[in-house]
Amino acid sequence: MVKKDLVLIGHGMVGQRFLEAFLAQDGAAWDWRVTVLAEEPRPAYDRVHLTSWFSGTSAEELSLCPASFIDEHGIDLRLGDPAVAVDRDRRTVTTRSGQLLPYDALVLATGSYPFVPPVPGHDARGCHVYRTIEDLAGIKEAAATARVGAVVGGGLLGLEAAGALRAMELETHVVEFAPRLMAIQVDDGGGAVLRRKIEELGVIVHTGAGTQAVDVDDDGAVRTMQLSDGTELAADLVVFSAGVRPRDQLARDCGLSVGERGGITVDERCRTSDPHIWAIGECAQAADGRVYGLVGPGYAMAEAAALDLTGGAGSFTGGDTSTKLKLLGVDVASFGDAHGTTHGALDVLYTDSRAGVYKKLVIGADGALLGGVLVGDADAYSVLRPLAASGAELPAPPEQLLLPASVGAPGAGALPDEAVVCSCHNVSKAAIRAAVGEQGCTSVPEVKKCTKAGTGCGSCVKLMTGIVEEELAASGVEVARGICEHFTRTRAELYEIIRAKGITSFSRVLDEHGTGEGCDLCKPVVASILASLGSTYVLDGEQAGLQDTNDHFLANLQRNGSYSVVPRIPGGEITPDGLITIGRIARDFGLYTKITGGQRIDMFGASVDQLPLIWQRLVDAGFESGHAYGKALRTVKSCVGQTWCRYGVQDSVALAIELELRYRGLRSPHKLKAAVSGCARECAEAQSKDFGVIATAEGWNLYVGGNGGMTPRHADLLAADLDRESLIRTIDRFLMFYIRTADRLERTAPWIERLEGGLDHLRSVVLDDSLGICDDLDELMARHVGTYQDEWATTLADPDRVRRFVSFVNAPGVPDPTVRFVSERDQIRPARPAEGGRTLAPALVAGPELEVRTR
Amino acid sequence: MTILHETRPTVATAVVEIEHDGRWKPVCGYADLLPGRGVAVLLGAEQVALFRDRAGLLYAVGNTDPFSGSAVISRGIMGSRGAAPVVASPMYKQAFDLRTGECLDEAATPDGSPARLGVWPVRVVS
Repeated sequence: MVKKDLVLIGHGMVGQRFLEAFLAQDGAAWDWRVTVLAEEPRPAYDRVHLTSWFSGTSAEELSLCPASFIDEHGIDLRLGDPAVAVDRDRRTVTTRSGQLLPYDALVLATGSYPFVPPVPGHDARGCHVYRTIEDLAGIKEAAATARVGAVVGGGLLGLEAAGALRAMELETHVVEFAPRLMAIQVDDGGGAVLRRKIEELGVIVHTGAGTQAVDVDDDGAVRTMQLSDGTELAADLVVFSAGVRPRDQLARDCGLSVGERGGITVDERCRTSDPHIWAIGECAQAADGRVYGLVGPGYAMAEAAALDLTGGAGSFTGGDTSTKLKLLGVDVASFGDAHGTTHGALDVLYTDSRAGVYKKLVIGADGALLGGVLVGDADAYSVLRPLAASGAELPAPPEQLLLPASVGAPGAGALPDEAVVCSCHNVSKAAIRAAVGEQGCTSVPEVKKCTKAGTGCGSCVKLMTGIVEEELAASGVEVARGICEHFTRTRAELYEIIRAKGITSFSRVLDEHGTGEGCDLCKPVVASILASLGSTYVLDGEQAGLQDTNDHFLANLQRNGSYSVVPRIPGGEITPDGLITIGRIARDFGLYTKITGGQRIDMFGASVDQLPLIWQRLVDAGFESGHAYGKALRTVKSCVGQTWCRYGVQDSVALAIELELRYRGLRSPHKLKAAVSGCARECAEAQSKDFGVIATAEGWNLYVGGNGGMTPRHADLLAADLDRESLIRTIDRFLMFYIRTADRLERTAPWIERLEGGLDHLRSVVLDDSLGICDDLDELMARHVGTYQDEWATTLADPDRVRRFVSFVNAPGVPDPTVRFVSERDQIRPARPAEGGRTLAPALVAGPELEVRTR
Repeated sequence: MTILHETRPTVATAVVEIEHDGRWKPVCGYADLLPGRGVAVLLGAEQVALFRDRAGLLYAVGNTDPFSGSAVISRGIMGSRGAAPVVASPMYKQAFDLRTGECLDEAATPDGSPARLGVWPVRVVS
């Protein structure tokens, strides 16, 4: 069969989505040969999060199109070779490099271009736009020598650009022609609150001011800017972000029908006036006569075109322009008829200028919710937007809908079935319910996989979680959020209670907030919380009864009832004498030894009675507990670093040791693993750790939330090029914030995935102190560092505590006769049931009874 | 089967006894027991796990975990499930009713033997 030719012009977000949707159709890959013409030097990337490039997200991380996608589908992707002409009669496309490509179907996804007001000097050196990674690289380079930056345009992108300039320590101005910031999304009241918040960040805002001219110096570089209100700004860097215009020139040139105000006109199936040509995204004027500048409608058009091309029935008749975003740390959302243009519409308003919160609901004459504006607190967006879109009756008086969720605003239950929960993927509440009720999903990640809901911008995940939980509860699957039958609270809630009330005993927590006697789930949780808040000795008083056997004996239980012992070897650095000491102890007690993945040495086969004897020798030689038994910091692994390695750029070993000593003994919801690499070659595998540090020429990059094991996860870059002090401060806060908010046995990787607002939120909490808790976090860590004690030294110093280390209360010194070993590869191993084997020697005369050859 | 002491002993010298082979054998001081924790007792070739709960009540069950074959029950965490006082095996976390020795999570071990601990009468003498 001869394949037909499909040519896609433009490889932006919408183009990529089109490819995904198109190739997901049965047979599409068989019937079509796909060629993609891209203007930029790299495949599709996430333009929505473009600004994060400034804070360290790499172009690779922003990429939406893995190389495997192109290879797997045999796509002919031509980077840096845009289309320059279309011959509709011959059905060919000419590229800039002069190639002629025939097509049976042509899809235009050329996007838009930044509008630059045609004022004098608009193209001078020092003037930039804000659209591509290359644009940002240019701005970054210019900012290095600039002093004052001016952003023309106070919309979403303009404010993001202003934030980036501010972060690069430029005096920053925003010039907005409209009387308020984000004029399209918010109203005057919301704009005022937003302006105050933006100004608090040190950005100087000029509203109601147009740009009249950009003046240049003798070298042709930007010097000043003249505003229509008479202001003269001494700016040496200008960023234009005054809106975008559809890129429809190619279509105009070949005579396709174009809307009056631009945009290639298409029908609801995204067909242009030529039956062989489709147009999608920002370059198209949709069937409802509008040009959408948002990615959600663009995706919907991509899907409609993909279906139409493969014989399906897709359509796009109009999209939701609701938006929710976090701008320089400020929540801003608008949805539906935000400006109350519907006839007879009335406002319900809630403002708290002190807290910087502004909320407005637009209510129709019939009492239905039409739209609204939220600034400073947009939590309610996830419920209000679908509620407005569905036109359903309000579940509560409108004023109640404006209250914070904790005061009783309605949750997921208030939504009608047809309400669209995920607008990126157009998933309704009914579809989510069906995924649970009919397809058997029992968790949010499963529902995400099944429906794609929540996998776009992610803003609906909280609402989705509510719906999934409600549906599970309704179908009889119990969704217990509490730790166990004794506590209806989550670990994070218990943490806050214990902290706020200053509780120091499990009995009091149980009496005041639980039922029954506790169990093996809640007791260690409470013990861990008490330890991380008080840094007291974990076997003190009642706490001794709460610990898992590992914490109780400060060693790791192995399958035959014996224990293993791991002394701390900070950073994996150990002297020959240290190695000899460990070797001698292992030999004298007849223990099996193995090097661990965390760069230390594990000694196996010890009986309870032997533990204090082994540890007395270790402590005497200067070793400390390695906390291998605890939900606590395990190791900070390191590569050898600059000191020895030819490639190292920083002393990774010294930093690893410093970090390991700082955080040793820190009790947390689960174990913590860390690493420091001395250069980008990453030999310490820091990106697979809960926190990992990689040296750069300028300082240290901090990665968080990595994991190996069963569900590996690459860590996310939290901050780049930190100096030592800021690095340690940031890790301090990250760890304490995790300890404070994570669930029981939740590693940092799933915690970050679950964290509402994700990495950006985490960043704003630990770097910008958006929750105002950093002083608390710092103080908790200072207390931990100040009160740390080696648990084994403390234990050995108290004869009463040492007395607990007996196999039998009525026969101290007698080892458990059922713990038996045989020899294998010159060491011991636990005997299997039929093997017999030998028991351990009595603890006091350790050694030679077991015939293990030593070398 | 477990006999509980009737009054809370206040004397530091009170002794715990377990009945074995028809005789009461002293095994440790009452004060040696931490509330909410267990200890292992060696009676001839048998191992018993002895527990004291928050209220001061004592329980004695077999120390060998039927799921792992290891003598570790005494090192488990005590607690309650509904009205039943339980200990969770530290090996694979199954809960056992301290009054009856019965496993509340699984009726049998993977090799088919009943998942149940023995129980011993226990008392405190002043």
